[in-house]
Amino acid sequence: MTTATPTTLAQKIVARACGRDTVTPGEVVTAQVDLAMIHDSGGPRRVEPILQDLGVGLFDPDKVVLISDHFVPGDTDEGARILELTRQWAKARKVAFHDGEGICHVVLPERGHLAPGMLVVGGDSHSPTGGAFGAYMFGIGATEMAGVLATGEIWLKVPETILIDWQGSLSPGVTAKDIMLALCGRLGMDGGQYQAVEYTGPAIAALSMQERMTLSNMAAELGGQAGLIAPDATTAAFLEGVGGDPARVCDWRTLGTDPGAPLMAHHVFDATTLAPQVAAPHSPANSAPVTEAPETPVDVAYIGACTGAKYEDLKNAAAILRGRALAPGVELLVAPASRRDQDRAAAEGIMAVFEDAGARILANACGICAGYGADRLGEDVTCISSTARNFKGRMGAASSKVWLGSPLTVAASAVAGRITDPRDFLPTKGVLA
Amino acid sequence: MTGRVFLLGDDIDTDQLAPGQYMKGGIEMLAAHCLEGVRPDFAATVSPGDVIVAGKNFGMGSSREQAAEALKHLGVAGVVATSFAGIFYRNAINLGLPVLTGADLGAVTDGARVRLDVEAATLELPDTGGRVALAPLPDNLKALLADGGLVPHLKKRFARKREKEKS
Repeated sequence: MTTATPTTLAQKIVARACGRDTVTPGEVVTAQVDLAMIHDSGGPRRVEPILQDLGVGLFDPDKVVLISDHFVPGDTDEGARILELTRQWAKARKVAFHDGEGICHVVLPERGHLAPGMLVVGGDSHSPTGGAFGAYMFGIGATEMAGVLATGEIWLKVPETILIDWQGSLSPGVTAKDIMLALCGRLGMDGGQYQAVEYTGPAIAALSMQERMTLSNMAAELGGQAGLIAPDATTAAFLEGVGGDPARVCDWRTLGTDPGAPLMAHHVFDATTLAPQVAAPHSPANSAPVTEAPETPVDVAYIGACTGAKYEDLKNAAAILRGRALAPGVELLVAPASRRDQDRAAAEGIMAVFEDAGARILANACGICAGYGADRLGEDVTCISSTARNFKGRMGAASSKVWLGSPLTVAASAVAGRITDPRDFLPTKGVLA
Repeated sequence: MTGRVFLLGDDIDTDQLAPGQYMKGGIEMLAAHCLEGVRPDFAATVSPGDVIVAGKNFGMGSSREQAAEALKHLGVAGVVATSFAGIFYRNAINLGLPVLTGADLGAVTDGARVRLDVEAATLELPDTGGRVALAPLPDNLKALLADGGLVPHLKKRFARKREKEKS
């Protein structure tokens, strides 16, 4: 038996992608891309003119997935035109296309496109979501994406790894979103400095795939390039359940960070003592336990986005809302992250809870998180939101104020009319994970 | 080419550089609203050759490359910051907009005359005779910038390939 040098999960994936046995953090390498995901905003309308300028086609149409989500539901003339162009491109270029089925980061794994060990690029900053499945996935801009589509390759600096270890277990009413907001507060939005962030520990191992997706997604908010979680039986079961193959590119059991591998930093946190978190405007880094938040009345409660409106997010929020009314004057908006998740929620009576509460249900898309469509926050509106980022003016008027919280915290705040600890509203024990 | 310094703070995000509500429009429209949330006079007063000097994590947030494209469109000669967000940094280089980090930018004042020398990795301040050392770019990125960004770089590469196939 050879005594191989201990390496990180990130090193293993990158080494495979550039056809090498090992790579060293800091070296610049050219890697082959296993999959490229694009969406309606940074996709066809931006990359096609570049491809034409270069005079080349796609490196491999079977390795390209297109998902429309940013301008869905096409509620402005220009948005509708962009969606039509997106549809025509999908046909012409013969790529897998998911139209209006939900947010790209949620649709990509739920349709079985991902597998552990892949190197994947996405035309969206929350592409690290793929890391929840043990894929090294990161976001790039449209010009770089056009380069990938033309050549099938991309350069990267082999990342150092920041290991974030959560010991213990989460208390009822505390979720992956609370873990992330706490991390943004503790480490800052450049806490990752474009390294690979990797989450480990018993609290992470206990999480469902959808909860893990929230952690990987918001590695972007820590400034990481990727947000990895080593694949395990939970990962394999999820992928098999959606018709994917966890062993598609390599033996997923070999994918993990070896003991003694080189780490840039190793943070250890205690999940047991973590309280629900909220982030004050205008940065996810402005986070604090909800118990310490100032008394803040809210006008709008938004349950949406890739980090806050997946099936489990909807289920958690509905558990708080069931049998309760919204506070007078509060508007509740719900944009389920995918059609599949919405259908499942509807079948289980979860959507009915939102409808009974008087929520307005928006399309399975990015909704007001990205601020692209007709639904936007008005002047001076205060919103509590399950989204990933609360930059000034992102979701509407520059005078609007967005607080971030878990879907539970958003639901509880909608009922109370002010930012509220969701643990005060928890139903009978056992309903929530 | 000399220009003026636009001095900005930490954590300038992509929603400030390319506001979401103008993303449906072209680069003209986006550029006209570039940074209006933090520096309302920016788009109207910036001139070719001007340099943005900023704090940490410049360009954090979205992968929308219009954040870098808007600056280039307005003639900004480059951005110098304590640190950059990774995606913005890649986008800027790919679009041919120089982005350099500097550890000690404290002497740079808003409105000062300035010249950014990418090759030498310095920021020259002719009025005070000051010269701020910046971190040199890695060779692969210098090559991309020298070609004017990723598209011209790839054009050269494909042309070489076609040449080779012909011979």
